[in-house]
Amino acid sequence: MKSMEELVNEYFRPNRLPHLWCPGCGNGVVLGALLKAIDAEGLAKDDVAVISGIGCSSRASGYVDFNTGNTLHGRALPISTGLKMARPDLNVITLSGDGDCSAIGGNHLIHAARRNIGLTLVVFNNSIYGMTGGQYSPLTPQGARATTAPYLTIEPSFDILALAEAAGATFTARATTYHVPILVDVLRKGIRHEGFSIIEAVTGCPTNFGRQNKLAAPAMMMEWQKEHGVMKAAWDKMDPAQREGKFPIGVLSERTDLKEYTKAYDEIIERAQSGKEAASA
Amino acid sequence: MLKFYTKRCKGCGICAHFCPRGVLEITELNKSAIVPGKENDCISCGQCEMRCPDYAIFVKKEGA
Repeated sequence: MKSMEELVNEYFRPNRLPHLWCPGCGNGVVLGALLKAIDAEGLAKDDVAVISGIGCSSRASGYVDFNTGNTLHGRALPISTGLKMARPDLNVITLSGDGDCSAIGGNHLIHAARRNIGLTLVVFNNSIYGMTGGQYSPLTPQGARATTAPYLTIEPSFDILALAEAAGATFTARATTYHVPILVDVLRKGIRHEGFSIIEAVTGCPTNFGRQNKLAAPAMMMEWQKEHGVMKAAWDKMDPAQREGKFPIGVLSERTDLKEYTKAYDEIIERAQSGKEAASA
Repeated sequence: MLKFYTKRCKGCGICAHFCPRGVLEITELNKSAIVPGKENDCISCGQCEMRCPDYAIFVKKEGA
């Protein structure tokens, strides 16, 4: 197994370090975990496409030496969908932030999940719009302070994994920048999964979320993740009072009974080219 | 043995916080460094390397 230093030297584009993320930003940890996962899965650089939207986290695609695209705000999934349709052989990994994926691209998320297309979506959830100055996003916890909520947010937040699962995603998992080995593990499983997989990587934004919520020290944000992330097996045994304020980590749902979209589409092509009428299902 | 890429370090302090032996500190120049006198205390646990968001510190295991 390669060391982290070797991975960085191999997969980063030359002269891209130091990256532009703030001191203590967890995005670097998530990207490092992704490199570990890709390398452990033995994927060749040319067989991987990394597509991202807009936001702090979406800068990640520009740093790494795969087939990459830094696309439109919220539209990483439609572009990934198009790419996967044209090149089903590619391992398409979509990187998106919490705002990018759940607000601006919220509709795209539910429809990509509904189609069960074979993408691996990694949501960098830092609970805030970091790049634009700390406005609250649909994943900002209720009661948190944000630039646009100086008297605390009154909106309940999405559970993005439950949302994706309800919409049809066949693999949902969560990990944090504190639980790095678990993050690598769920990323590997997500990449291996045939249908639509979504991995929520809980990460810290010390600059725009932490400073407004008494977690300004980057290490404190990781300590918060350590205290609030509970492994799925332990979570299942907890009663609602114990679950208050915490969140489960690990693989939360997985099903293999649904057909992957590009496979179903291949069958359409075959039927159309055979000249036969479509059999009524 | 610890290897630093000082130019990449932004002094966030995550490595120093999670080091179980208190080997690391953030210097006045806002960079991670070994606390003077603790050069031989590193147990190569890899906590700093695993959590560093800036790929600025790596652990080289002895003999590896």
